[in-house]
Amino acid sequence: MTDLLDDFLIRAALAGLGVALAAAPLGCFVVWRRMAYFGDATAHAAILGVALALGFSLSVFAGVLVVSLMMALLVANLSDRGLAVDTMLGVLAHSALAFGLVAVSFIHGVRVDLMAYLFGDILAVGRGDLAVIWLGGLAVLVLVVWRWSALLTATLSPDLAYASGINPRHEQLILTVALALVIAVAIKVVGALLIGALLIIPAAAARPLASTPERMAIIAAAIGGLSALGGVQISVWYDTPTGPSIVCTAAILFALTALVRRALP
Amino acid sequence: MALIDIKGLGVRFGGREVLHHVDLTVERGEIVTIVGPNGSGKSTLLRAIIGAVKPDSGRIRRARGLRIGYVPQKLNIDPTLPMTVRRFLSLPVRVAPQDAETALQRAGVKALSGRQMGALSGGQFQRVLLARALLHRADILLLDEATQGLDQPGSAAFYQLIETLRDQQDIAVLMVSHELHVVMNASDRVVCLNGHVCCQGKPEHVASAPEYRALFGPGTHGALALYRHDHSHDQDCAHD
Repeated sequence: MTDLLDDFLIRAALAGLGVALAAAPLGCFVVWRRMAYFGDATAHAAILGVALALGFSLSVFAGVLVVSLMMALLVANLSDRGLAVDTMLGVLAHSALAFGLVAVSFIHGVRVDLMAYLFGDILAVGRGDLAVIWLGGLAVLVLVVWRWSALLTATLSPDLAYASGINPRHEQLILTVALALVIAVAIKVVGALLIGALLIIPAAAARPLASTPERMAIIAAAIGGLSALGGVQISVWYDTPTGPSIVCTAAILFALTALVRRALP
Repeated sequence: MALIDIKGLGVRFGGREVLHHVDLTVERGEIVTIVGPNGSGKSTLLRAIIGAVKPDSGRIRRARGLRIGYVPQKLNIDPTLPMTVRRFLSLPVRVAPQDAETALQRAGVKALSGRQMGALSGGQFQRVLLARALLHRADILLLDEATQGLDQPGSAAFYQLIETLRDQQDIAVLMVSHELHVVMNASDRVVCLNGHVCCQGKPEHVASAPEYRALFGPGTHGALALYRHDHSHDQDCAHD
């Protein structure tokens, strides 16, 4: 196993797999709750987290986690107050991204490869990164599985949740925390701009094949895992950027399941 | 002790006062129907009881460990969420297969277990909602226009089922209904709501109350008046 992890390709594959498996079930909730843009906004804010982390010499994981979490809470809070959500998200997401990009330019001494954080740099994943990715991913999975029934009820209808003694606001908060965690572990793998794709595309691809929420989550995880492995392999064969190759693979799988659905009666 | 005991309940949305000074109790084994024009706060009252709406004044006391079976007025299931009838019945707590079948049978939709919720007709959907409300051993059913989308025989069978349940399991029912003629037959008590409780009592008592007549017109054929009613309830309905 130790020798195996010496190979950067194996590390890349495991990193991609870890992120995909954690992102897929969470991505189902993002799709069901129509939070796609919410996920994007939070992910874009991650660049600001990267800048702050580098500026204050903190770990990038911690910086991204804190800023994503703050962004997600801010957005959730604003949408509770009935502001026009898409407008607010547009303002916040792009502002955070722009401030992040500007802030990064102030950082001297460290040669920051911005592309690595915008599009990910999965081939540079080290053992430490791998541990963070799998621990973070596992935490997300545990959180989602533990709260599954309550999350699902609250997603279906907040009122049905209340009547069953479930507070849908708590469940929303749990999803928000899980989302920030996924973004923090995924930024190294696919980058801030493509995290949303890893959340949404596998879930959307799984929808036509699933008859229950649980099956959709499991199929989404399988499709996400397949995309990660396929993307790494394709990038090796054709010397293409790895993060985008993973997303391309997921997109092709999405098209395939949509076609399969059409072919069936 | 009452299952639900409401004193001086007031709810505001924005600046608008939706409910004020509402007093209401529901005892075990009682069928209570709330009637009132559109916008009179019926749904808000039910949502306050389940805890989805916070009271701005007054209090709602629920019996300890009270299990509520709630059937909402409307439930939209996002088309991206796959959900079979069987899976829906097990939300949030898993139920045994034979219990699920029994509940579906009681609600008159026996063979639907494997169907997608989104593929059901309006009437079937309502019955599945009711089946779910029955499943979790509710002490009280809160039904918000539960018979909408049902045809006449379906609706009649529905009210019969409610009465049977009350008789067999001694559960209470608090429901909102627009079907005045049915309400008058099926309820132990009718509460006439228009922002506050205009009047309440046995159906025949309420039907003859001046407050009720002001809202719905004389006789129970006045159902149409529901929709024509203008909302100046302070003139129509005396404060208590």
